[in-house]
Amino acid sequence: MNLDTVFFLILAAAAVITAAGMLLNRNAIYAALFLILNFATVGIIYFTLSAPFVALTQVTVYAGAIMVLFLFVIMLLGAEKLPYGEGSLRTQRLVAIGLAVVLLVEAGYFMLVKQPGLFLNPAQAGEFGTVEQIGRALFNIYILPFEITSLILLAAVVGAIMLTRIEKIQRAGQTGGEEQR
Amino acid sequence: MEPGVILEWVIKSVVILISMTAGFAYTTWYERKVLAKMQVRIGPNRAGPFALLQPVADGIKLIFKEELVPAEADKLIFNLAPVITVIPALIVTAVVPWGGVLDINGFKLSLALTDTNLAILYIMTVTSISVYGITLAGWSSNNKYAMLGGLRATAQMISYELALGLSLVGPVLVAGTMSLGKIVEMQQGGWFILFQPVAAIIYFIAIIAEVNRAPFDMPEAEQELTAGYHTEYSGMKFALFFMAEYAKMVAVSMIGATVFLGGYLGPFLDIAPWLGPVWLWVKVAVLLFVFIWIRATSPRIRYDRLMAFGWKILFPLALANVLVTAVVVAFMGGK
Repeated sequence: MNLDTVFFLILAAAAVITAAGMLLNRNAIYAALFLILNFATVGIIYFTLSAPFVALTQVTVYAGAIMVLFLFVIMLLGAEKLPYGEGSLRTQRLVAIGLAVVLLVEAGYFMLVKQPGLFLNPAQAGEFGTVEQIGRALFNIYILPFEITSLILLAAVVGAIMLTRIEKIQRAGQTGGEEQR
Repeated sequence: MEPGVILEWVIKSVVILISMTAGFAYTTWYERKVLAKMQVRIGPNRAGPFALLQPVADGIKLIFKEELVPAEADKLIFNLAPVITVIPALIVTAVVPWGGVLDINGFKLSLALTDTNLAILYIMTVTSISVYGITLAGWSSNNKYAMLGGLRATAQMISYELALGLSLVGPVLVAGTMSLGKIVEMQQGGWFILFQPVAAIIYFIAIIAEVNRAPFDMPEAEQELTAGYHTEYSGMKFALFFMAEYAKMVAVSMIGATVFLGGYLGPFLDIAPWLGPVWLWVKVAVLLFVFIWIRATSPRIRYDRLMAFGWKILFPLALANVLVTAVVVAFMGGK
């Protein structure tokens, strides 16, 4: 085992532990923090795979932007604590156990019987993950999907802003439009 | 990897960490001195010559203070939050070059910890995770003022981060690289503040909001929120928040000096390459003076105006700047 493999195994263990911590924690804030740690660990794994752009974007977008909004919602709603008790989760639990068995069998089959290159050699990755390469690919080959994605995101942004304004517009209508700016 | 290289990295990292910490201590001294002069007061003048030992005295006082933890606070996060706040402030300048290459008896010593083509992206990543400490401090204190202060700080920081990131895109487009070392080298023909004046102005406004300084010090508006997110903190934990704020001031000044003011470039650099760090720190001191100057002279603006200014003026302006720069660069064929 070379140094890269050892490093990967440590990172993989950290990723699994933080993911488990996120699922098992009953306090939503701690669960969110575990998820942030998980994103950061996955970011470092991307680094070891010579994809620095994806690594930093992963941390910026997921850990830096999306999870901040998650924390906001959890804090503002005061939904930190899950109530104890089983409730409707019992059937879901059975399904989950069944699916987990399927996943484990599948993973075991691939690891023990098929034995693919489990540990990728980062040197094979080469230059494809640099900022320049991604920029070139995104703005030349994939320009149409890129533009379509940007339009969809724009629609989502406009929709989100409309949802926050509906209440204001209704209130303004009731009071004779005085509050409308 | 040879052990010599690793040792060099460790030494450089330690130098960066120590200078950020010392930068924090002496920025407090600098601020108190400059504020006193501007307000026609005497200011600190007791501890040592020019009160140079004042930061040491303050540190000793804070270490010996009692540390209180509110009974209903979330203890783990309450204790972790100051640490989470301070780490991004200390590591963000890791990509800033302090100078060119020194030649000491044939040993080539590069005055930069690392020079990757990801430097700007790294800075944006670190600033984007630096909001957590403050948010968590506000939440874990279990105090209304702290909570509101933390939420305000987070909202303000994510809003101004957009303008901040876009203001750095302009120089990146002009230089054609994200490496700060190359960006500095490109500025030998002229500082980027000349080619990107709008980006420079947006950057300097956005960083004031990003480090929560007056007139954008909403998160700790005393009249409304007592002290904001650090209301419940005392002793060294409070000092860590203080340290994060001042270390961030030094860090963003250093990044601003590097991107817009020519970084370590200055006269006589060909004869004496060791002047690089000196020029860099002189520029940092000038920018810190501007920070303090603004604090001393302008009142805090209202929170909704702050958000409206960020979203409705700065952000579209930064976008327009990127668009214009991109068109110009495309037609001129870059530099």
